[in-house]
Amino acid sequence: MKPVARWVWGVALAVYAFLYLPLAIVVLFSFNDSNLNAEWVGFTLKWYVMLFQDRAMLEAATDTLLIGLVTCACSTVLGTMAGYAMYKWRLRLLPALVLTPIAIPEILMGVSLLIFFVMLDMTLGLVSITLSHIAFCIGFVAIVVRSRLQGMDESLVEAARDLGATPFMAFRQVTLPLIMPGIIAGALMAFTLSIDDFVISFFTAGVGSNTLPLEIYSRVKVPMKLNPEVNAVSTLLMMLTLSLILIVSKIAPNAFRSE
Amino acid sequence: MAHSKHTTKWLISGPPLLYLLIFFAIPSLIMAFAAFRFPGDYGGLMPLVSTSDAGASTWLINQNNWREFLTLENFLRFVEDKVYVELFIKSFWYAGLTTLVCLVMAYPLAWLIARSARKTRDLLVLLVILPFWSNFLIRVYAWMIILGPQSYFSSTLNKVLAVFGIEPVSLLFSQFAVIVGLVYVHLPFMVLPLYANLEKHDMTLLDAAQDLGANAWQRFWKVTWPLSLPGVWAGVALVFIPALGMFAIPDLLGGTNSMMVGNLIKQQFLDSRDWPFGSVLSIMLTLTVLLLAAIASWAGSRHKKKGKK
Repeated sequence: MKPVARWVWGVALAVYAFLYLPLAIVVLFSFNDSNLNAEWVGFTLKWYVMLFQDRAMLEAATDTLLIGLVTCACSTVLGTMAGYAMYKWRLRLLPALVLTPIAIPEILMGVSLLIFFVMLDMTLGLVSITLSHIAFCIGFVAIVVRSRLQGMDESLVEAARDLGATPFMAFRQVTLPLIMPGIIAGALMAFTLSIDDFVISFFTAGVGSNTLPLEIYSRVKVPMKLNPEVNAVSTLLMMLTLSLILIVSKIAPNAFRSE
Repeated sequence: MAHSKHTTKWLISGPPLLYLLIFFAIPSLIMAFAAFRFPGDYGGLMPLVSTSDAGASTWLINQNNWREFLTLENFLRFVEDKVYVELFIKSFWYAGLTTLVCLVMAYPLAWLIARSARKTRDLLVLLVILPFWSNFLIRVYAWMIILGPQSYFSSTLNKVLAVFGIEPVSLLFSQFAVIVGLVYVHLPFMVLPLYANLEKHDMTLLDAAQDLGANAWQRFWKVTWPLSLPGVWAGVALVFIPALGMFAIPDLLGGTNSMMVGNLIKQQFLDSRDWPFGSVLSIMLTLTVLLLAAIASWAGSRHKKKGKK
């Protein structure tokens, strides 16, 4: 095999720089002692201190975590069932319903859920956001769980059945432990997707409630008021997601492989 | 026995099916139906049901008066006013340009990853995925800082331009900023399918081509590129489709002239509150997306078959 040409290395390095520099700048400016995101003045932690005194931000953070946890729990259970069903039986409707929300632009799901909740006379807020998040997270969990099942050795289940286990026992004691890494990876993915979601929350949030991405949006939307607190909250959010993703990639190294 | 098997199937597939029917399929159908209705007096939709103070509800719509409640006007408005079709075309142009830039940037990277040793490969892939998992808004916001008028990048660029006697340019709130943002957010979706494809290539084919006298460009154009087409098509679909429906990036990075379909949909639903017309736009976007996905998967599978022969 010939070594890769040098210019390919150059382009690849440039692309990695393109991917990471913007994020590095946000982190760097979160420690910058200046109101403007323009040049480095000096090191400070005051934006983090301000952040923890900012009620609106803290409320948004609590709501985000609450929505994320409930979404994670519900979509993991429903997504695992869907993934298992899609692996086990030849179904038509379920795979279509599981995969379409992932394939279409998010805005379409956002507006249709908005019409739906308003029609039901539901007050938009935490409940409507959570119900919507579960709907789009099920698919991601289902895909991860199904690919884990596809990599499983089916003969282990057959062996358990031959040894007298009921289908349920075989599932509990053989299948479930084997696909557990997939389920955990799916759960962490659902949690991450939920706390990061902007578009669907934007349409289903209504006036009273705010998640962190929505709060960040409302603050960066007015560029004159760009405030470095946003850098600080962004940095913290990045750290949280980063650690979750590193956990997932340890538990299930193949979770993000495209099929 | 057969009976219990059937029950298990429904017990397991039933709950997720039911949930997605209620919170995905039905809302989508309601939206499709809303496209044929009239807007309400205070925005939203004109009611089909009236509810009395006592809580009893009666249908306002019946066999004789349905014409007063249902209309094709919203669709006609879309076709007749060329502003909307033009906006669709402009969104296509943005998404297309984004896809092309992503392809040009992603191909060398995917090639490098595919040719690396197995251990480095996983790390390099992880490095592509990681930024994608940081919050979408933060990634857009980062570009607001970089392209902002006071940033190092903008001021250096304008100093260089001044040397050539060119007027200073404003990078933020421009079409350029929108494309940069779209490329940045979608790049991993191009790298991953390309890599997944390139990884499977039989490298001895390239050695054979070289032995037969093909130069580097010919080896790429005659061997690698045709074999990678299924990956290219997958990447194109994964970038083009979400880019087409994007609204937050033009909203934050673009100016007044860089609106996309998504911004118009958002405007119809949240600002002017004309839901029927917003629904028409959403349906048009859905149909476009489905058509494109079908084309991409057809094109991809065609090349796959060719490759196997």
